[in-house]
Amino acid sequence: MTRSDAIKAGTANGGWMLEAENIHKHFGPLHVLKGITMRIAKGEVVVVVGPSGGGKSTFLRTLNLLEKPDQGWVKVDGVMMGYEQANQRMVELSDARVSQQRRFFGMVFQQFNLFSHLTALENITVAPIKALKVGRTEAIVEARRLLAMVGLSEKENAYPEQLSGGQQQRIAIARALALKPKVMLFDEPTSALDPEMVSEVLKVMLDLSKGGMTMVVVTHEIGFARMAADRAVLIDGGVIVEEGPPETFFSAPTQDRTRQFLNKVLDFHGPTLPKA
Amino acid sequence: MWDWGAFLHYLHNGYLLKGAGVTLALSLACLAIGLVCGTVAALMRMSPRPYLNKPAAFYIWLMRGTPVLVQLIIIYTGLPQLGIRFNVIESCLLGLGLNEGAYLAEIIRAGVLSVAKGQFDAARSVGMTHAMTMRIIVLPQAMRVIIPPLGNTFNSLLKTTSLASVISMEELLRRTEVLIQVQFKVLEIFIVAALYYLVMTTIWGFIQERLEAHFSRSHAPATARGAPASNGARAEIEKVLLSHDAQ
Repeated sequence: MTRSDAIKAGTANGGWMLEAENIHKHFGPLHVLKGITMRIAKGEVVVVVGPSGGGKSTFLRTLNLLEKPDQGWVKVDGVMMGYEQANQRMVELSDARVSQQRRFFGMVFQQFNLFSHLTALENITVAPIKALKVGRTEAIVEARRLLAMVGLSEKENAYPEQLSGGQQQRIAIARALALKPKVMLFDEPTSALDPEMVSEVLKVMLDLSKGGMTMVVVTHEIGFARMAADRAVLIDGGVIVEEGPPETFFSAPTQDRTRQFLNKVLDFHGPTLPKA
Repeated sequence: MWDWGAFLHYLHNGYLLKGAGVTLALSLACLAIGLVCGTVAALMRMSPRPYLNKPAAFYIWLMRGTPVLVQLIIIYTGLPQLGIRFNVIESCLLGLGLNEGAYLAEIIRAGVLSVAKGQFDAARSVGMTHAMTMRIIVLPQAMRVIIPPLGNTFNSLLKTTSLASVISMEELLRRTEVLIQVQFKVLEIFIVAALYYLVMTTIWGFIQERLEAHFSRSHAPATARGAPASNGARAEIEKVLLSHDAQ
């Protein structure tokens, strides 16, 4: 069974890994998200593209409630984020409960955001030890496995400031994976990197997708999207403008706005492909 | 006439040394009280909720806007008029501690604000609660910014405790004055007292230096720690940061 067959099989019985329904978000007078609905199957990789300011990063942040949606809801593996049902009413969860739910997601940021006072190894172990109450030894063993996976075993005692951007981002991916998330969110993970470091990060992401991880990736890396994505989505003006399989989305988009956007992006970013 | 004999005699005088010990103990106790009050006030002041940030702002405004000497006298001499009585030590701890807390609140707040917003996002994204984020991620990073001014306020505090002599706290200055009233060696005894203060602030200076080095260890030059970070890597990070700034 190929991966896409597996995804189809998983969704046939309504078993979505991630459901976002009619998400709205305002920042003061700005209506940033105007009702975004998205359903993602287990193991599916969705690439989100779109002009900056179009709402794609905000959408990603509403999924793990770093931003609370003003309207709409998010479910992960059938579990409602941020609310629970009590006496026929939806009741907001406490900060502690929401924090637990956030661990359904691993998130990777454009600016890496490694904890600057901790070493690479500590960056990966701090949340499992402090938030998940995993034993220290166990957490370290797992962290070393993840460091090896992203190819940075020899950097475990380095502080973020001593690492290159590409190395920091790979550590950040390992940090997110340490919580064994159900879904990985990537918010422009290569946009702050020098060109020569982009592929080392994309390689790790590609490996993850091959391993069956469910991923939502906001990126301008069209090459990565073509290679790894099951679906491409264009978000602009706070709505989904177009979505479809990457083969048709990138070569034969149906919407003018998609075509305009892709022309601009392809002019600047040639496809940067990791060696598979 | 300067009396060397008297000077050397009082240099290791038990009565004065005990006074210096009280000064040191009082300073440390007030620092501890100040750190607790200051951290609470700083966190309250940064809260978006008015019922938290308004009282904190009022406390800081009141304490920083009035002389600590006046505060001490109000607490020790004024409050009994309302039936609220504190003994000398309680008054000192209350007055100097609360005053220290107000200054530390602003220092701690500046430190927390200096921590990049992305650190909060990252901590939240790995499932830390707000309290854990503050304790495990933000405050330790804020320490790098907090320690230098905190060290300076403790240096001041060591000397400010001399004001407690006014409400008859038996610290270094009070004991110096008492001794002078019976011995009349004004200059000699005061110079000894000044030397004691100098020794305490100097030792604190060394400790402060060590603390600053400790809390900025993740920012010290890579070579100093023997960790290999090429100049190339550094340049790359700078480039990334610059391109981010330019956006």
